Amino acid sequence: MLRDALTVLTKDLRIERRSKVTTTQIAPFGVMVLVLFAFGLDELVVRGPGESSANTVSAAAISAGLFWLATLFAALLAVQRSSALEQADGGRDGLRLSGMDPAGIFLGKSAAVFLQLAVLEVLLAIGVVLLFDATLRNPLLLAATTVPATIVLATTGTIYATLTGGQRSRDTLVPLLEFPLVAPILLAASQATRAALDDRSIDGWPWVRLLVVAALAFTALGVLLFDAVLEDL
Amino acid sequence: MNSQIAARVCAVLGAVVLGVVVVLGLFVTGPDVVQGEYVRMIYLHPATAWTAYSGIGVAAFASIAWLRTRKMSWDHLAGAGIEISAVFTFLALVTGSIWGRPTWNSWWQWDPRITSTTLLFFLSIGALTVRRLDGTVEQRARRSAVVVLLAAVNVPIVHFSVDWWRSLHQGRTLARVDRTISGLQLSTMLLSIVGFTLVFSALLILRARTNRWEDEAAQGGLGEAVSMRRSEATGGPAASPHPGTV
Amino acid sequence: MAGLENMVHSSPPVAVAAENRRLNAAGNGSLAPVPVIDFQRVVVLLGRFPALAGLDLQVSQGEIVVIRGANGAGKTTLLKAVSGLVTVAEGSAAVLGVDLRRDRRTVRRSVGLLGHQGFLYDDLTVSENIAFAVRAGGGDSARIGPAMERVGLVGRLRDLRVGACSAGQRRRTSLASMIARNPALWLLDEPHAGLDPDARDLLDTLVREAAAGGTTVLVASHDEARAEALATRVVTVGGGHVTDDRAVTHAP
Repeated sequence: MLRDALTVLTKDLRIERRSKVTTTQIAPFGVMVLVLFAFGLDELVVRGPGESSANTVSAAAISAGLFWLATLFAALLAVQRSSALEQADGGRDGLRLSGMDPAGIFLGKSAAVFLQLAVLEVLLAIGVVLLFDATLRNPLLLAATTVPATIVLATTGTIYATLTGGQRSRDTLVPLLEFPLVAPILLAASQATRAALDDRSIDGWPWVRLLVVAALAFTALGVLLFDAVLEDL
Repeated sequence: MNSQIAARVCAVLGAVVLGVVVVLGLFVTGPDVVQGEYVRMIYLHPATAWTAYSGIGVAAFASIAWLRTRKMSWDHLAGAGIEISAVFTFLALVTGSIWGRPTWNSWWQWDPRITSTTLLFFLSIGALTVRRLDGTVEQRARRSAVVVLLAAVNVPIVHFSVDWWRSLHQGRTLARVDRTISGLQLSTMLLSIVGFTLVFSALLILRARTNRWEDEAAQGGLGEAVSMRRSEATGGPAASPHPGTV
Repeated sequence: MAGLENMVHSSPPVAVAAENRRLNAAGNGSLAPVPVIDFQRVVVLLGRFPALAGLDLQVSQGEIVVIRGANGAGKTTLLKAVSGLVTVAEGSAAVLGVDLRRDRRTVRRSVGLLGHQGFLYDDLTVSENIAFAVRAGGGDSARIGPAMERVGLVGRLRDLRVGACSAGQRRRTSLASMIARNPALWLLDEPHAGLDPDARDLLDTLVREAAAGGTTVLVASHDEARAEALATRVVTVGGGHVTDDRAVTHAP
């Protein structure tokens, strides 16, 4: 299973390196979302370290939420792209025909998406610090938050994108399925990120525990179910 | 025929129980000091939420069973569970909103229950949409099973995260009332849950049967279709070949 | 060239069935060779449409079977069913001794499908695509080089992005992948289409070599004359079932 995962992962990464879609399209998109929101919400935000008050929101509060919102949108793109690679020239059938372990295919493709999102998140973190004057109080907490949360995005997105692979409606279907599923994850991640940035009123670590559980649960589910997901007929 | 009888029994019993609940709820029990007549919602709302979650639970169980056995009757049950869950989730949201109105002074508040239930609603809708995609019945069952299981796993995650979130910000929660009711009010509420569960069972059975009939109606005539197909070779009635790569 | 041929086809094809024997109908343990393909009354549904409607077909090892038939008759579906890509709804279907209705995945590794789709990734080069196919399909990477040579993918061509390749080059890439993987059963769907006459000749030669080495080959083709010359047996498919099945003898 792991060997197959590695095979698929290296294939996807090699394609990415060749086509540079993440770096030239998805990452800029994610950063753009962040910038647009920052621009639109400018009046509300108190710059630098500080607490929320009646009419304003602290930088930590808003930037954490926006960070994850931007990541979510980018994740949808990344996952669709990953699935689209297999739609061309019957790649999906090719994967099935190879006899590779579907769980391995799942892990490989999810890992590729995860790495792409990780790159984006580094950029977003920089963006958040720059745009909102946020200070990164607890980088360890931030890392501990982003890893499991991104795993959830990558795994569930891969499952849904592959499941709806051949359908015409899949561009709208994947968000419909993904949003309610990851909403609690984004909530948890935002809270923990807020704590990591500036907000001393929140303890981030319980949220991290929840995220880790979710990441394990969805990865396990993907490993168990991907055989059924990949089968076409 | 067994299932039909079971469905009828459940429906009748359910109707009787709910009838009792209506009488008790509207006429016998008294209004609440704080909430006035609105407290009567307690005989509706928790039961609808309970039914909604049961629907997902049944669907999840049936989905696992289908994945194991590949028997279509499990898929019919799963489909019924999802549908009922969607409907009752919606009802739960409506009743919850009505109930919360006087306490909140608004039609909507993101209290933990409402938030969790809203997410469940969208998860159900997503599953229903997936079930309606083009394809064979096996494809439908397969896709549905995956989506339902992901949703089911998500339910506890949603529950915990939203509860935590709201406990941090003293939001106005809906059902503090639960702790303080007793006696007749408590019994009536429990009775409503029983009644709704009976109705839920009846609906479940009926819907599963209808699903099966729908499939049979569609599949029926396979023998005929096979003969027509074979006659293509000799230029028979279906002489024009099926379009697409065959 | 001769040396390359030997290297490409000298190792026995990968087969799944560990034993090559089975009990005959009487159950008394006498040996009969297991057919590579054993389809009986097979029905395959696409949606609700019976693409294969009660199809019977037995193919033994080493045969070169050409499948002919009108468009829409079921040729492609038959190949997909044999490869384990689509489910068999009714009937009994076994490939290389494995029951398709129980376990399709085991069959897939031992089968090579060359069809309308090439299973190629546009962003990867020719050699990267073949390497991936071999790695994924569990083949021997030492066979990749000789396979590419055999098929005429030489020099700079190997490092060309498949997206920039011509249809013929793409087809040859897929072919090289299959040769490198060396499955026990080849399924070719209209392999001559889009190839120039030289390439078609090369394909025929490769098929004959493979069959001589123990590989079984099924070819769905419209090219009547070429198919006839190549085959040991011609099967006609119409209306989702077999309407004609005859052996072909070639003058030595």
